[in-house]
Amino acid sequence: MSGENKENSHLLTVNNLTVEYWARRGRIRAVEDVSFSLDKGETLGIVGESGSGKSTLGLSLIHLVPYPGRIVRGTILLEGQDVLKFGREKTRDLRGRRLSYVFQDPMMSLNPVERIGSHFVELIQTHEPKVTKAEAMIRAKKLFKDVGIQPERIDDYPHQLSGGMRQRVMIALAIALNPSLVIADEPTTALDVIVQAKILDLLNALRDAYGMALILITHDLSIVLERSDRIMVMYAGHVVEYAQSADVYRNPQHPYTQGLLKSIPNVELDEQTLEAIAGSPPDMLNPPKGCRFWPRCYCPSERCKKDEPRLVSTEQDHYVRCSKYGRGE
Amino acid sequence: MLSSILPGLSTLVKRGLAGWLIVIGAILVVAIVVMTAISPWIVPYDPTEIPSSPSILASPSTQHFFGTNDLGQDIFSRVLSGGGIMLQISILSVIVCLAIGLPLGLFASYAGGAVDRVVGLVMDSMYAFPGLVLAIAIAAMLGRGVVNMALSIAVVYIPSYFRVIRSQVLSIKEVTYIEAAKAVGAKNHTILTRYILPNIVPSTVVVATVNFADAILTAAGLTFIGLGVPVTIPDWGQDLTMGQRLLTSGAWWTITFPGIMIILLALGFTLMGEGLSELLNPRLEQ
Repeated sequence: MSGENKENSHLLTVNNLTVEYWARRGRIRAVEDVSFSLDKGETLGIVGESGSGKSTLGLSLIHLVPYPGRIVRGTILLEGQDVLKFGREKTRDLRGRRLSYVFQDPMMSLNPVERIGSHFVELIQTHEPKVTKAEAMIRAKKLFKDVGIQPERIDDYPHQLSGGMRQRVMIALAIALNPSLVIADEPTTALDVIVQAKILDLLNALRDAYGMALILITHDLSIVLERSDRIMVMYAGHVVEYAQSADVYRNPQHPYTQGLLKSIPNVELDEQTLEAIAGSPPDMLNPPKGCRFWPRCYCPSERCKKDEPRLVSTEQDHYVRCSKYGRGE
Repeated sequence: MLSSILPGLSTLVKRGLAGWLIVIGAILVVAIVVMTAISPWIVPYDPTEIPSSPSILASPSTQHFFGTNDLGQDIFSRVLSGGGIMLQISILSVIVCLAIGLPLGLFASYAGGAVDRVVGLVMDSMYAFPGLVLAIAIAAMLGRGVVNMALSIAVVYIPSYFRVIRSQVLSIKEVTYIEAAKAVGAKNHTILTRYILPNIVPSTVVVATVNFADAILTAAGLTFIGLGVPVTIPDWGQDLTMGQRLLTSGAWWTITFPGIMIILLALGFTLMGEGLSELLNPRLEQ
């Protein structure tokens, strides 16, 4: 998306990534033609509703798209290397060490029959076989301090911790080997609002402390608006808007993004009508012809129903997929 | 040791019916095991020797509590010491089942795809045979003896282990913590041994306990039709075979007492198995 010549200097560059699920009833394009880049220390927010392909996109970055999904096209360059060309061992080594993933459900993300500490020992020893158990435990305790849990809790079993604490443990596991990129897939959906804010702030603080990049996948535009540098809005497998957070907030261009913003309560306004986007996401086996959003759009034109719009640049670093802004080349 | 067992028992009993089942079953099994183990010291008569001046087919009395058989042997003594073979066969067959069924179920279902389908097909075709008939066929092929009987019983029950373990692994391998482990680069063998295996132990224990009872009944069946151990060794199944010929002469005691023992041992394991499955299966919890 940025100039071709700068490609290698980015931490992560994704080009034309397309992921399909080969189901019995047909092929579902869960992610289509997604390109973006990310630099060290940056946060990218990926926003979309259920089924928009945001989780599939996240999982394909660590090459863990669930069966029957497969990456059919595109490249994922991490520090200049195409990770999709990595063999099995190299991919396994990549996960945890250079990229790590925080899942949505902290209640089920830890092995219920092992103590918290063993998770750390296992992770560290998998990637650094020379480290002893005692050394791994010392490192784990330091990580516990970083994520705000008392180090004594390291001998607890997962069921002895609350949801928020478990998510902190998951985050500690994700940063344990100092990866350059952490992908957090709806890290706070299962948690209550106060814990949610704390976890998100923690993620951003750790991003700065550890000098890593962060991808925050969420269905809630409001939580990424203030916490990410750039925002990518996805709808039905397409990127519909991609811009700096501030630009998305000030000048949302795609009708879908506009709809999402109108549905966020704003405490500074005296009077505000919250608007919902009518309808529901399309059946991905038979996506609507033309623009995938037109059945729910407030101003669809005849052209929207026929031609699929391309992602076009409307201003500096602001991309939109909507025919109102031209069809692109 | 007793002081640590008793509080354990009382907490089990507090878990309701399941706890009671386990406790009663365990008491039955332990009592029979202890009885068999100490039988050489407590038998009133030698269970194998044929007495020189026998009282043949004597009915139960104060001299022979359970009467005597057609050789004049004391049935009470034979009942006390006759459990050894049953126990050996069932323990050995459960071990063989576990040693084969567990790894097979683990690897096949974790690998999935063609491996899973082929192994599953083989297991299902074994499962399709009526159990006892298959066991008889294999026992007839292998010949007599404890090990051979244990093997023929094991072959019959391996598919049930495989099925239970396979279905458990299939559900556990989709859980987020497995995905989370993969996402931080865990190796396959780590996932199998530290994530999946410990989580299927409860259901494996349940199958094994229930399988003990099945193994005992199958062993009794095999001995009954003459595929068991040599006649010289006292064995409940053997005594049943010998006794049924004498039933027409009215000697009911020759088969009643060994039969009761087989039932009690099988019942003990069944109760334990049912109790454990109720206790360890979260879906049944209220």
